[in-house]
Amino acid sequence: MSLKGDCINILEHVLVPKFRVLSDEEKARLLEKLKTTKEKLPKILQVDPIVTNIEAKKGDILEIKRKSEVAGEYVYYRLVV
Amino acid sequence: MTLSKINSIDFGLLSPSMVKSLATVRIVTSDLYDADGYPVDGGAMDPRMGVVDPGLRCRTCGSTIGDCVGHFGYVELARPVIHVMYTKQIYQLLKASCSKCGHILHRNPISLDQVAKAPMRKCTHCDKQQGKVTFAKPYTYYLGKEELNPMQIREWFERVKGEDLQKIGFRGGRPEWLTLTLFPIPPVTMRPSITLETGERSEDDLTHKLVDIVRINQSLKENIDIGAPEFILNDLWELLQYHVATYFDNELTGIPQARHRSGRPLKGIIQRLKAKEGRIRGNLLGKRVNYSSRTVISPDPTLSINEVGIPAVEVARELTIPETITTLNAKNIKELIKDGRVNYITRPDGRKIKVTDENRKDIITNLAIGWSVDRQLKDGDVVLFNRQPSLHRVSIMVHRVKVMPYRTFRMNPSVCAPYNADFDGDEMNIHALQSEEAQVEASMLMEVKNNIISPRFGGPLVGLDLDHISGLFLLTSKETVLGRKETAELFSRAAIDIELPDKDTFTGKDIVSLLLPKKLNMYFKANACKECDKCLKDECKHDMWVSIKDGVLKTGVLDTRAAGAFKGKMLNKIRRLVADDELKNFIDRLGRLGVSYLMMRGFSIGISDLDVPTRIENIISEEIQTSMKDADKLVIKFNEDKLKVLPGMTPEDSLETQILSTLAEGLNTVSEIMIKNIRPSDILVMSQSGAKGSNINTTQMSACVGSETILGKRIQRGYLGRTTTHFKVGDLSAATRGFVARGFKQGLTPFEFFWNVMNGREGLMDKSLRTRKSGYMQRRLMNSLQDLKVCGDMSVRDSNGNIIQFFVGDDGIDPSKSDWGKLNWIDFVEHG
Ligand SMILES: [Mg+2]
Ligand SMILES: [Zn+2]
Ligand SMILES: [Zn+2]
Ligand SMILES: [Zn+2]
Repeated sequence: MSLKGDCINILEHVLVPKFRVLSDEEKARLLEKLKTTKEKLPKILQVDPIVTNIEAKKGDILEIKRKSEVAGEYVYYRLVV
Repeated sequence: MTLSKINSIDFGLLSPSMVKSLATVRIVTSDLYDADGYPVDGGAMDPRMGVVDPGLRCRTCGSTIGDCVGHFGYVELARPVIHVMYTKQIYQLLKASCSKCGHILHRNPISLDQVAKAPMRKCTHCDKQQGKVTFAKPYTYYLGKEELNPMQIREWFERVKGEDLQKIGFRGGRPEWLTLTLFPIPPVTMRPSITLETGERSEDDLTHKLVDIVRINQSLKENIDIGAPEFILNDLWELLQYHVATYFDNELTGIPQARHRSGRPLKGIIQRLKAKEGRIRGNLLGKRVNYSSRTVISPDPTLSINEVGIPAVEVARELTIPETITTLNAKNIKELIKDGRVNYITRPDGRKIKVTDENRKDIITNLAIGWSVDRQLKDGDVVLFNRQPSLHRVSIMVHRVKVMPYRTFRMNPSVCAPYNADFDGDEMNIHALQSEEAQVEASMLMEVKNNIISPRFGGPLVGLDLDHISGLFLLTSKETVLGRKETAELFSRAAIDIELPDKDTFTGKDIVSLLLPKKLNMYFKANACKECDKCLKDECKHDMWVSIKDGVLKTGVLDTRAAGAFKGKMLNKIRRLVADDELKNFIDRLGRLGVSYLMMRGFSIGISDLDVPTRIENIISEEIQTSMKDADKLVIKFNEDKLKVLPGMTPEDSLETQILSTLAEGLNTVSEIMIKNIRPSDILVMSQSGAKGSNINTTQMSACVGSETILGKRIQRGYLGRTTTHFKVGDLSAATRGFVARGFKQGLTPFEFFWNVMNGREGLMDKSLRTRKSGYMQRRLMNSLQDLKVCGDMSVRDSNGNIIQFFVGDDGIDPSKSDWGKLNWIDFVEHG
C-alpha cells in the first residue's frame, strides 16, 4: 500500500533526510569500494514508509544524505530487505 | 589424559534410560549413616557417588578427593511427577495435542507457540472434541474440570508422534520425559557434608531435600504395595511432587518454601545458580585475583599524577613481582634478599621456597642464573590502579609505585576526575603486574600521562581543580607581585628546580611563564570573563583576555578554562606541542605552584564575606517582596479567571508555571544586584575562577534561596489545600508554597527550613535512583557495542563484518586528538 497522495508527503518533511535509489553500476562500485557484500550493509524494511514512497524494491540500495551536527552532511547506505 | 576437541554440544531432556546409565547406584533408603557413622549403601550419601573425605578412595573410580568428579545415582519414583522447570512446555503441549490420539491440533503446524496459541477445537485425526486445558501454578493441570495427574499426562504425551514433534520444533527428546519417573541423584561432590567442630555432621541443603524425596517415595511405594486407599496415595504423591519441585526451585509462587529446622529456607538448584551471589554471577563471572590490594585513598599533591603512594609495610612488603636472575641483575637481587626485600625464590624445577631469616644465607650462596625471585614492590614499579565502578577505560590506569609510610593509597588530587574519586572514605585497588610483557604493554597503553586527553569528549580528564585553580587564579591576577626572595621561596615550596631570571620583582604572570613551554601561543577568554559588551581583548580592564606569546603570559588570568580538568584549553594545546611526559610534568608543577602560592598568601572565607551594604540589603529585600507580590497577583488573577492559560496546560498548571518563572526572574535580579555589590573575597575567587561554587550558591547564602520544588513543582503536598495546618485552605501565595525569601546567612523560618529539607531529600533519592538506572542502561549499551571496531577504511563494523557506520562518527575525527571534538585548523596553522 502506498501512502502517496494521502495527507502529506513525508519525503518533504524537514526531519526526513534525502533518499535515492542507487543504479546497478553505483551499487557495484559501492560494494567494491567497501570490499563487502550487500548483506553486510545496514538494512531497511521494504514496508518502511520511505521505501514504499520512493518505490524502491527488495535488493535495492538506498543512498541517504543525512544532516549531522558534527559533519554537516554525511552519506549513509541501506539495503532494502 | 588425552584431550579431544569438542565439535558440538546438544542440549536436551534426560531420558529415563539415560538417567539409569549415568548412575552408579540405585538409592533405596532415606537413611544417610548407620549407627557407627558410616554412610549407608543405597542411601543419599552412598560412597559410590564420590568422595568428599580426605584420604579415602572413591569406590567407583578409585581416585582421591579432588580427582574424583563424583558419580550420579538414581531413584525409581513410585509414581511420575511433573518437572517444574518445564511446566510451560507441558501446558503448551497439552493444549496443542489431541487428548485422545496425540495428534497436533493444527493444519499447518510451524511451532509449539503457534499451535498452543490457537489450537483446533476438534481433532482432524480422530474427530474427538477437545476439552479446555487449564494450568494452575505451580504444577496442576486440568482438562475441563478434571485434574490431570502426571501419570495421565505421561500417557497422553506418549501418544504424540515423533514426526508431529518435528513439525512443531519440539527437540531434545520425548515429551513424556517432561514428567520424571527416574530421578537422578547428584554426586556427593556437589553437595558435600561438613563436619562441625563438635564432631556433628551437617548436610548440604540438597542432601536434605534428597532425603525427603527418597523417604516420601519409599512410603508411597509401600502404600501402593499394601493396596492403601487412593486418598492416602494421592496425599503422598502430592507431597512427593512438592519435594521434587522445591528441590529444583524453592522460590516457586503458590507453594510454601521448604525450610530448614532453623526456619531458614533451603537452597534449591535454581537458588544455587541465580542472582548476584549465585554460581554464574558470583563464581563464574566474578573473578578473584592474587597480587592485588585494596585500601582507603587519600590525597597528596606532592606526588606526580603518574604516581601512587603505596603503604610500605602493609602492601609493598606483601605484593611481589617475579624477576628472573640474569648475569645483569644477580648482584642486585642478592642485595635484595639480604635486605629482606624478597619473599620467595623459585628454583628451575618449579619448587618455591619462602625466604626466612634461617635460610637467607643458604639461598644467597646457592642462587644461580635462571632462578626466579618474588621481590617486593619498589619505587617505579608498574601497577594498575582502579576504582569501581569501572565505567570507562580511565577507571583503570597505570601508576608508578612510590613506597610511603602509613596505611592508605596516596594519589595526586588531579587524577580524581577520571576515577570519579574523592577522599570521604573511598577505597581503590591496585594490581601488581607479573610479567615484563604485561608491564611494558600496560605502561604504553594505560599510563596516566598517556591518557590525559579523553577519547570521549576530546578535553583533558586530568587537570587542576579546587585549590590548584584558586591558587593559580590569585597568582596570575594583576595585583600579584613578588620580590626575588619570595619568588625563590615559592618555587622552593613547590619543589620546582628552576633558574630565576636576573630580576628583583616578579609578577605572578612572570612566575607562571617560567613553566610554560616556549612554543606555546594561545589567545582565549578566561572563565572569570565578565562578558563585556565589546571585548577589548588585550586591553580588557578586567584582565580576562588570556594571551600567551612564545610561552610568556602577557595578559589575562589563568583559571579552570586554562588548566582545569574537562575545560583546560592550555592542556590540549600543550599536548600537541610537547611529549606526554612533559605535559605530565607541567600539570604536576603548575598544581604544586598553585597550592604553594595559596599557602603563602593564605586563603579563607567567613560569614562577613557575604555582607552587603545596608542600602543594597534594602534594595534586595524590596526586590524579593516585589516578586512575591507579583506571584500573589497571578493568584488573584487566577481566582478571577483572568489568568492567561498556557498552551497544553490546565489553568492550575499555567498558574504554577507562571508563579515559578516570576519567582525565578526575581531571584535572578537579586543575584545580579548581589554579585555587583558584594565585596571581593575568597568566595568570589572560588566561583569566578571555576574552582568551586557559583553565583547562585553565593546568592543563596547571602540573599535569597528561592523556590523549593518537589518534582519540578512548588511544594504541594501536606494537608488538603495547604502545605501545613498553619495556612489557610486554598492559599496559593508564594509564602505558603515553598518560597524561601531569605538567605542561609539570615537563617530560614521553620517553614522555609522544612521545605528546604523536603527538597534536599528529593535530591538524595533522585540521585540514588538515577545512578542505578543509568548504570544498567550503560551496561546494556556497552554489551551491545563492545565488538565494534574502526576498520582501515574508517568504517565501523561488527565482528561479523556488518557495517554500522560508513565513516566513523560521521566526520572521521578521533576525539582524543581533537579539541572537544573539533579540529581547530586556523589555530593550528597560525600558531602551530
Ligand atoms: Mg566518595
Ligand atoms: Zn569417583
Ligand atoms: Zn485425535
Ligand atoms: Zn573584558
